[in-house]
Order: sequence, then C-alpha cells, then structure tokens
Amino acid sequence: MSVVTVQLGQCGNQVGQELFGIICSDAQEGQRKTYSAASCERFFHQTAHGDFVARAVLIDMEPKVINHSMTKAATSGRWRYGDTSHFSQKQGSGNNWANGYCVHGPRHREVVEELVRREVERCDRLAGLMAVMSVAGGTGSGVGTYVTQCLRDIYQKSFILNHLTWPYGTGEVIVQNYNSVLTLAHLYQLSDAILVHENDTVHRICSQLLNIKHISFSDVNRVIAHQLGSVLQPALTADSHGAYSRNPLGELVSTLACHPEYKLLNVCTIPQMPSSSIAYSTFSWPGLLKHLRQMLISNSKMEEGIDWQVRPPAGSEQTRSLTGASFNTSLANLLILRGKDVYSAETDGFEDPALYSSWLSSKEAFNLWKSPVPFNKYEKSATLVSNSQALLRPLDNMVGKAWNMFASRAYIHQYIKFGISEEDFLDSFTSLEQVVASYSQLC
Amino acid sequence: MTQSVVVQVGQCGNQVGCRFWDLALREHSHVNKKGLYDEALSSFFRNVDSRKGDGRTCGVGGRIQHLKARAVLVDMEEGVVNEILQGPLREVFDSTQLLTDVSGSGNNWAVGHMTYGSAYREQIVEKLRRAAEHCDCLQCFFLIHSMGGGTGSGLGTRVLSLLEEEFPEVCRIVTSIYPSAEDDVITSPYNSVLAMRELTEHADCVLPVENQSLVDIVSKIQHMSHGAKPGQVIRRDSAIISGRGGLSAAEKPFDAMNNIVANLLLSITSSARFEGSLNMDLNEIAMNLVPFPRLHYLVPSLTPLYTLADVSVPTRRLDQMFSDAFSKDHQLIRADPKRSLYLACALMVRGNVQVSDLRRNIERLRPSLPFVSWNQEGWKTGLCSVPPVGHSHSLLALANNTCVKPTFVELRERFTKLYRKKAHLHHYLHVEGMEQSCFSEAIASLGSLIEEYHHLDATKGTLMPDAPRLSISR
Ligand SMILES: Nc1nc2c(ncn2[C@@H]2O[C@H](COP(=O)(O)OP(=O)(O)O)[C@@H](O)[C@H]2O)c(=O)[nH]1
Ligand SMILES: Nc1nc2c(ncn2[C@@H]2O[C@H](COP(=O)(O)OP(=O)(O)O)[C@@H](O)[C@H]2O)c(=O)[nH]1
Ligand SMILES: [Mg+2]
Ligand SMILES: [Mg+2]
Repeated sequence: MSVVTVQLGQCGNQVGQELFGIICSDAQEGQRKTYSAASCERFFHQTAHGDFVARAVLIDMEPKVINHSMTKAATSGRWRYGDTSHFSQKQGSGNNWANGYCVHGPRHREVVEELVRREVERCDRLAGLMAVMSVAGGTGSGVGTYVTQCLRDIYQKSFILNHLTWPYGTGEVIVQNYNSVLTLAHLYQLSDAILVHENDTVHRICSQLLNIKHISFSDVNRVIAHQLGSVLQPALTADSHGAYSRNPLGELVSTLACHPEYKLLNVCTIPQMPSSSIAYSTFSWPGLLKHLRQMLISNSKMEEGIDWQVRPPAGSEQTRSLTGASFNTSLANLLILRGKDVYSAETDGFEDPALYSSWLSSKEAFNLWKSPVPFNKYEKSATLVSNSQALLRPLDNMVGKAWNMFASRAYIHQYIKFGISEEDFLDSFTSLEQVVASYSQLC
Repeated sequence: MTQSVVVQVGQCGNQVGCRFWDLALREHSHVNKKGLYDEALSSFFRNVDSRKGDGRTCGVGGRIQHLKARAVLVDMEEGVVNEILQGPLREVFDSTQLLTDVSGSGNNWAVGHMTYGSAYREQIVEKLRRAAEHCDCLQCFFLIHSMGGGTGSGLGTRVLSLLEEEFPEVCRIVTSIYPSAEDDVITSPYNSVLAMRELTEHADCVLPVENQSLVDIVSKIQHMSHGAKPGQVIRRDSAIISGRGGLSAAEKPFDAMNNIVANLLLSITSSARFEGSLNMDLNEIAMNLVPFPRLHYLVPSLTPLYTLADVSVPTRRLDQMFSDAFSKDHQLIRADPKRSLYLACALMVRGNVQVSDLRRNIERLRPSLPFVSWNQEGWKTGLCSVPPVGHSHSLLALANNTCVKPTFVELRERFTKLYRKKAHLHHYLHVEGMEQSCFSEAIASLGSLIEEYHHLDATKGTLMPDAPRLSISR
C-alpha cells in the first residue's frame, strides 16, 4: 500500500525533500529485496525508464523553495519528484495564517485537489495521506490547514496524518504562536494523528549529539527525516505474520491515537551521533532500551542530560502527586526497533502498567514493530512514538503566549483583514485549552 | 518572484530616490557578472528592448538590453528631475515615468495635497497603473518623500492615499525624511504634522529618518576618515557614504546624507532582490512588526556605519555589529531604543552570517532590551546572502519602539509655537479644499498617536501578570 505525501510551504517542502532522500537511500542500501520493494511501493512509483518518482505533491505560494527541492532531489540521481506534481504562486503568505487559510487555500483548491487526486490514482492501494508543514509560517500553516480540510472531505475513509514542525521559542516569526494555535485547533478536528517535531529539540540534537557547529535547516531536517523515516519504513508488526505491514499510517493511528481528545504524537530516536562515529560505536539493545525508557518517563527528548531520578508512581496508586509531576504519563506508545538481533531485544520495561493511564491496559497501550534491517547506517536503532504528556508543556506555552498577546489584541487586525474574526480566535483557544486540560489530567 | 515600484515625490524624494537607483545598479552590476536579466534585477528593474520600440518588458533569462527603474517620479518643479535627465541616470527613466510642473508647492502642504493633488490625480493614477501593469506580481510600493516641504509632504501623502484606493492589496512602505529643528523651511512643522496624519492613516509601515541624525552620522564619518586611527579607516569604496555609485561622479550637498537613506532602502529590499537562507518577504515586515494598525513607525538603524569590517571577520566584529544596531548613534532618528520599549524588532542581515550567529546575538542582547509584556519574544529575522558592495556583512534593524515618541512630541511643540500665533496660516487657508479643521484634526491625530505610545511606555518595567486563561468546564 502507498502513502501520498503533501508538502506545504517552505518548511514542508524542505523537510519532505530530506525525508524522501533518506527513505530512498535507506531502501537502496545493500541487498534487502523485500524491504526495499515494500518501501518503494509505499513512497515511490517507478516510471517506464525505471526512475523512482516520489508519491508527493509540492505546494507553496512562492516558487523558490519548490524549485530548490526539486533540483536537489533530481541531482541525487536516485529519485526525483514528478515533473507536474507541484504548484506554486509568486507571492508567499506573509506569515499570516488567515491569508493562507482564507485566501490562498480557497483560491487554489481545485488545482491542489487535482494534483493529489492524480497521485492517489497512481497508487494500487492507498494507505493514507500525510501532510508535511510548519505551524508558524503562513503557507504551511494556513494553506496546509485548508488543504487538510479538503482532503478530509474527499478521502473520508483514508487515514490522514499531519507532520508538523513547531517553531523555535523565539527569533523568526513574531506571530508564530497565533499561527500555531489556529493551525493546531483546526487540525485537531481533521487529522487522525499529529506527529510533532520541535525545532528547539532537534536543534539541540544537532549541536549536542551530532556536534554540528553552524547548524543549518538542512541539518535540522536530516534529523527530522531520520526519525520520521524510521517510523515510516517497513516493519513487522504484531499481527503482520512475518511480512512487512502494509498500512503504516493506519496501524500508527490505530495503535496510538485511539481517542479523539489525544492526537499529539512525540517521536524520539536513539542513538544519534555524528556519522563518523557510528562505525566505532557498538550498541546493545538493553542499553538502548534502558535509555529510551528513561527518556520517555522523564520526558527528555534527547539522549543527553536524562533525569535518572524520575520513577513511575509506586504501586497502583495513580493519582497525581507532587513528586509525580515530572513523571510523563503515556496514553499509548509504539516502539520501533530496527537492526541487528532485534528479535532478542527485551521490551518489558515499556509494558509496565505504571507508565500508562489507568484506562487502557498496557497490552493495549503498548505496541512493538521490528525490522531486522538496519536503518540509515545505524547497526541498531530504536524509535519511540508516544502519545503522552511529552508535548503538554510546549503546547501550554504556545497557547499561553498567544493568549497573552490576544489579551491586548495585538496583531489581530492583520488576521481580520483576511476574514478571521476574534470569535474564530476564541474558538481556537477554547479547543486547545480543552486539549491542554485533557493531557494534564492524563493519569 | 515579486516586484516593487518606487514612487519618489518632491525634491528630497527624488534626490534620495536617485541615490537608491544609483547604488542599486552598482550592487547588481557587482553581483551579476553575466549580463543576464535575472530574477534579482527584475524585482526593481524592467528590461526593455529598445529596438522593438513598444517599451515592452523582456522576460527573465535574456541578455540585459535597457534597464528601466520600476519608478514613478513626481515633482512640481522641474529642477531636480531635469538634473536627473541630464545626469548619468537618465537612461534608467523614460518620460512616461515622470510627472512635473513648473511652479513648485512653495513649501506648502496644502498646495501639494489639495491643489496639485486634485489637478494631477488622473495623471498620477495613470502612471502608477502603468508601472503596476509592467509587474507580473506587484508586492510593494516604496514611497520616498520629505515631511517638511510642500510637494513631497503634501502631494506625496496624497499619492499615498491614491495607492491605497487603487491598489488596496499592495503593501505601502514609506520612507519619510523629517526636518531638523533648524530647518530652513519655516512652515516645516505645519507640513510635517499635516503629513503625519496621512501617514498614520494610510501607510502600512513608515520608516522615519531625521535629517539631524543624518547630519550627525555624516560628520562623524568624515571626522573619522580624516583623523583616521589605525583600525578605523573608512574604506573608500564603501557604499555607505561614497557618492561614487555605479554612475554619478560629482557629489552634491545632500549626497552623503542621502546615501545613508539609500542604504536603508538597499537593505530593506535586499531579501526581495537576492537569495538568502532565511528570506524575509516584504509583506512579512508589517505582519510581524505592526501589532496595532496606527503604530507602524519603524525606527531604522544601520550598521556598519563608522568602522568598516575587513573581509575576513573575526566573531567579535560581527557581534559588535549587532551591538551597534542598538546603540544611540546608529539610529536614523535621534532616539535611544534601549531606554524605551520595544513592541517588536526585526533584524535584516546581509552577507556571510548564519542562523546560529543570529541566535547567539539575540540571546546576548535580549536581557538589555525592554520588550512589551505580551511580546517578549518579538524578534523577526532575515538573512540575505549578498552583502552590500565593499562589505562582508551588514545589518538593518527595524524597531517598533516607543522611542519615536520624543520626535513626535518635539514636532508637536514646534507646530504649536507657530499655530498659537496663527503664523503663515493664511497661506494654507487660501488653498481650495483646505480648512482650519485640517489643522485641528491633524494635531489631534498626532496627539492620540503620542498618547498610544505613551500608554505602552507606561507599562515598561512593570511586571504584567499573564492574562488569566480560559477555563474549561469538563
Ligand atoms: N525544521 C525546519 N523548520 C523550518 C524550515 N523552514 C522553515 N522552518 C520553520 O518554519 C516556520 C516558518 O514557516 P515557513 O515554513 O517558512 O512558512 P511558510 O512557507 O509560509 O509555510 C519557522 O518556525 C521556521 O523555524 C526547515 O527547513 N526546517
Ligand atoms: N536628506 C535630505 N533632505 C532634503 C533633501 N532635499 C530637501 N530636503 C529636506 O526636505 C525638506 C524640504 O522639502 P523638499 O523636499 O525640498 O520640498 P518639496 O520639493 O516641496 O517636497 C527640508 O527639511 C530639507 O532639509 C535631500 O536631498 N536630502
Ligand atoms: Mg519562510
Ligand atoms: Mg526644496
């Protein structure tokens, strides 16, 4: 089954390009025929000449980024984007969600729908749609939300996953928290699951784990693509009976996003290190999993500075205590192990009921995918996708900052100009406060 | 790619505008070695094939034929425009882009705004439309004018409201030259206050520049280049003050000052003209820097101004550039943003500067800069990879900061001094369409603007509690 990716805005088109790059080179590495075939079917179609063409649609309101991503893909020599699978305009959305959602989105609805439809028709079977974008700008956030809404209408039975890049805390777009609030509140009603990468976290991984001095967006995007790729590449699931699962998005959604109030998924991957060091390092599954588990429960998003003091609340007592405050409660977790000796890896630590909310048994709450094929040069690698309180604090911050700004009505006129009212803002705030409340009451 | 059109009105507007075109040409010829008409050039220039004779614009990609500035030049006297037409920039404009009269506005806002505004309305609109038709995606109008005279101030602000009427979706960024206290135009306080009301109501952003600041900067630069200490040598080819742009040779009195303003325009448009790893679109400026529609005065500061960096840059120099942008003597109005309150701030960087340099410097400077409570992280940044000619990097900071208030207060005082005595008032009230109420409304508008800044200023230093969050009933 295949996934159709829709890349929107600058960030979406840059992250998407890195993602396809990593997926393609990973699939073509070494002799791994079935894995490779499953991956390709999922993300590429092959032309009569044997070219791998990404199952992707590229959307932006300005031409530069799309041109750049298409050129970069083509020069890889391994894969490319479809010659006619992109749509761009001349002038961006100016960091304004309302401009994207109310003006650009509706204006170009038909073209975009047609591009997606063509890509969908190329798939023998559609596993679902994935929209990739940032929440802070104007096009990815505004047009991305609008397009997600159109896709929801047309593909009512398909899975729709949104991959969102969250902004740096400061320094790029002043109205980023407004744009983020509007995007998230709307997507919460539309999307089956929302997979999040925070730029601050990924940036820290680049500097502290990968030792990169001058960090560029490409560096950040490679980390995102690595983590996302390790979720999306073929794996054996509990009931796929030794064959690669056919529906990555469907299984992801059904294992992790089982309740409409809880859709925010956080991803972490270990190990991550400079590629020059990989060859000299050895890893053991118990070591990796011990770290990853502690990262989960202490909510460290990176394998550095993990707080080893945090413990699950003792016994069956599940009420929130003061000491338990920094314990990160999960609703559901999906662990994906790739590489050597995966079958020997012990994952009991993740099945501990103390990790989970009381209303799902740990059997239902925990899922495990495995693949013996090493991923992206790492002999062993473990990725955890968790629906937990991991994103509660960043979400709460984002809503809080936007709310403070809204209290003085700063910048609102810029949105009203394009057709968004104060009421619309209030609705969005209300629905995100609901999400914040739901996650903080998770226990 | 998008295009912009420059509208230069009056003596000052046209003189500053021409420095911009001159330096822009120099900048492009420095970067564009192949002689091809590229996207970068197309944002501010048309490429016209003169053989075809119909003045049609050639598409991007071909050889450069004849570059024509995307500009409309308006003046109500002939001197300045004639000089341009006899000078080295004459090729860049053709007669269809020009509009002149012979008798000038006599430093009277009312004559410019009312008399000429009505008489030339159709012709101005026609020229603006024609300039717009040459663009395939018009993003922004840049209006350049002075506040103190008659044409730029009066007719310039009339053009501004015409732009709003005719092209409501196109962003309007105005560069306004404010008179110094000793300005030779006696009526400049009237003209400036009358113009202010128009700017406050019809512009998307205003970049105020005070002549006194330009004078101070120029004299400091000249002082340094004469008594040059080692390490403080001003490079001769630096675009900041050198009048030797691409074309013009001799320097005129205002040239050194106008070059500084032209550099401001080069910087603010650099992201629209060249590539960069963090593009800042022109429509992002107002979106990020203007929290309330009337408070759209963005104080510019430019670095480097005094000491010019070597080509190979040790980090300290780069960091110094960021520090300088917040110091008093780099502001283009006489103001001290550090001691006032920031509503928002943009850093537009050119040259070999990385995102990590930006982040480091913002972190370093943030503690010393007061930001309004609801916008503690009010930073917008842009990186353009092409530096100004003769530099390895440069920085333009645009501060939406309450430090503009003293300039406005001072202007109001000068206005009141004249107005109390009704000095020269009859020259204005003679003019058809001009009434006493224009004065009272203009001063009221300025008063309420000052008041709005004042209210924000008063919140400085007080710790505002977070707004109580919406509570969710479960
Ligand atoms: N990780 C990552 N973030 C990006 C990239 N480009 C832009 N961003 C982030 O996206 C936000 C700005 O949105 P952008 O995608 O540029 O706007 P759009 O083109 O209008 O959708 C900011 O939070 C940036 O940090 C990228 O390539 N990678
Ligand atoms: N910086 C600068 N200021 C000028 C220039 N020409 C005139 N001014 C100032 O502009 C004001 C007079 O307006 P001016 O532009 O001459 O009048 P107009 O032709 O009627 O618009 C005074 O404050 C002058 O100091 C110039 O070329 N550069
Ligand atoms: Mg962008
Ligand atoms: Mg004059």
